[in-house]
Amino acid sequence: MSVRRNPPQTFAQKALARASGRDAVEVGEIVDARPDVVLSHDNSAAIREIWLRFGRQRVAIPERMAITLDHAVPAPTARHARNHAEIRRFVAEQGIANFFEVGRGICHQVLSEEALVLPGQVILGADSHTPHFGWLGALGAGVGRSEMAVLWATGELWLRVPESMEIRLDGELRPWVGSKDLALAIIGGLGADGGLYRSVEITGSAIPSLSLDSRAALVNMMAEFGAKCAYLAPDDTVFLELARRIVARRANGELQDLEDVEAVAERLRRGALYPDDGAACVERHSIDVSTVEPQVACPHTVDKTVGAGALRDVRVDQAFIGTCTNGRLEDLEIVHYLVNGRKLARHTRLLIIPASSRVLEEATRRGWVSDLLSAGAVFGTPGCGPCMGNHLGVLAPGEVCVSSANRNFQGRMGTPDAEIYLASPAVVAASAVLGRIALPDELERAPPAWGTR
Amino acid sequence: MSLAQLPDPTRPFRGRVFKYGDDVNTDVIFPGKYTYTLSTPEEVVPHALEDLDPSFAGAVRSGDVVVAGRNWGCGSSREQAATCLRWSGVGAVIAKSFSRIFYRNAINNGLLAIVCAEAAEALEAGNEVEVDLEASMLRSGGRSFRFPPMSPTVRSILEGGGLIAYTLKRLGGPGS
Repeated sequence: MSVRRNPPQTFAQKALARASGRDAVEVGEIVDARPDVVLSHDNSAAIREIWLRFGRQRVAIPERMAITLDHAVPAPTARHARNHAEIRRFVAEQGIANFFEVGRGICHQVLSEEALVLPGQVILGADSHTPHFGWLGALGAGVGRSEMAVLWATGELWLRVPESMEIRLDGELRPWVGSKDLALAIIGGLGADGGLYRSVEITGSAIPSLSLDSRAALVNMMAEFGAKCAYLAPDDTVFLELARRIVARRANGELQDLEDVEAVAERLRRGALYPDDGAACVERHSIDVSTVEPQVACPHTVDKTVGAGALRDVRVDQAFIGTCTNGRLEDLEIVHYLVNGRKLARHTRLLIIPASSRVLEEATRRGWVSDLLSAGAVFGTPGCGPCMGNHLGVLAPGEVCVSSANRNFQGRMGTPDAEIYLASPAVVAASAVLGRIALPDELERAPPAWGTR
Repeated sequence: MSLAQLPDPTRPFRGRVFKYGDDVNTDVIFPGKYTYTLSTPEEVVPHALEDLDPSFAGAVRSGDVVVAGRNWGCGSSREQAATCLRWSGVGAVIAKSFSRIFYRNAINNGLLAIVCAEAAEALEAGNEVEVDLEASMLRSGGRSFRFPPMSPTVRSILEGGGLIAYTLKRLGGPGS
């Protein structure tokens, strides 16, 4: 029997072929995809309003839906509270099991911790940072509210199969340089639209040694590069960690755990997708990561990057650690390493909003939270915090914020007359201590093994 | 307030140009602080382009077009970035390129998102322009600019009255 061979396929082709029940799909083709998971958050009440137009009693895919309250939590106004209340009623009425309350954390972090998205799957989110799930080898893409309403009603949505571009990262990171610096170097070098519509596949010898938190930050930032989705080839570090999370979740629930971690990891390994050798790639770029120094993106675009050393005269009013980009345990660890035993600059506030309750719990257990409180830091409820200007640390006109978040757009943190500089958690922490944009080595602490596994 | 009449994107319409630059993001098109509290046309329209051009909301009329550079609508997935323009009466955004989520949100809500670098360069604020989807043509002051035809899927959504109406038709109506 002869076997028909498909031409070499990209990761995105394989993932979208699987999601649309096809043997193979072509780059540029429009497919009707049935995503494995669909994600929404505080926007779910507005999505429900649109979904009601379909006149259905029940959503089509309750088991594939995940809803997280994270963008304005706890509710800052009665109006936000009413919005949350509508979502809770909807979730109860539709029997949405994967619902995460105020304080559990940011959608991308929570779904990752709960291992609800697996290698090779497709996740569509009514959130622009959904490419995040590329850290584990899934195809994540952001969609709008109307599109999410259509997904709730039908379980499927049209998607164009994107062209792929490769960014190779080789070499060894310098001390104090983390994956956020790599992301800013990519975006600064190639532009905020450098990855527009593309499936951005990040490869190279620098990747396997990156910790999972660092991988997530790198892929998450590709939303600021214009990417439709981004991808890192999943390895055993990914499979084993996800397997541990799945086994732990089952042990906490009512499900009898019939598989051990290795068995689950093997199942995940079999589901993973990798691009074929010779698969179409419209653009290739290569960066020697040993040449990258700590980066800062200046107001008001993410691609306006310079070395942090050039900005030492920029006085800082607020230093912000958090968001789906850099609010994870590793980020709090470097902040603690730099800030513990010191005092913040008198004129600078350090605001820390962990990406999830698990991050906060673990940082508390390790004693970091009390050390950081002693240094003068302020902690907020896990969630998105002031990232998009809703609450919990918005800026005053004329203020300067150095932030571990992902966007420095004008007005992003509540007022168009403030300035936001984006940097790694290490640069943000050093800046909080010195009261101006600072390099971590100015604090005269030996560089730790940071961002590696 | 009274809302603008919404132009039918599938028929030729005319309007004036509002011109902006590269990398205009969704935060300056529709600020993030409003995204979970404002969603109806009456609520959204007064804030259109609030942090980019505070005079826009008061000046825009039905059929007007926004002309911009590269990467229009980058940033958030918030759909109000498209609907605040559509509900203000804007018929089309003409740009060198679009952020992909903005593009989808625009088409899904009946706002034309036209990729045409030549027109994006040539058209100036205040120019009168005619937008003709059928002919894939922009006309202004004796000049004309051809843009790539929309894909069949995009055409179907526009002709169907937006993504929700289009999907309802595909499903055979509400509740069926």
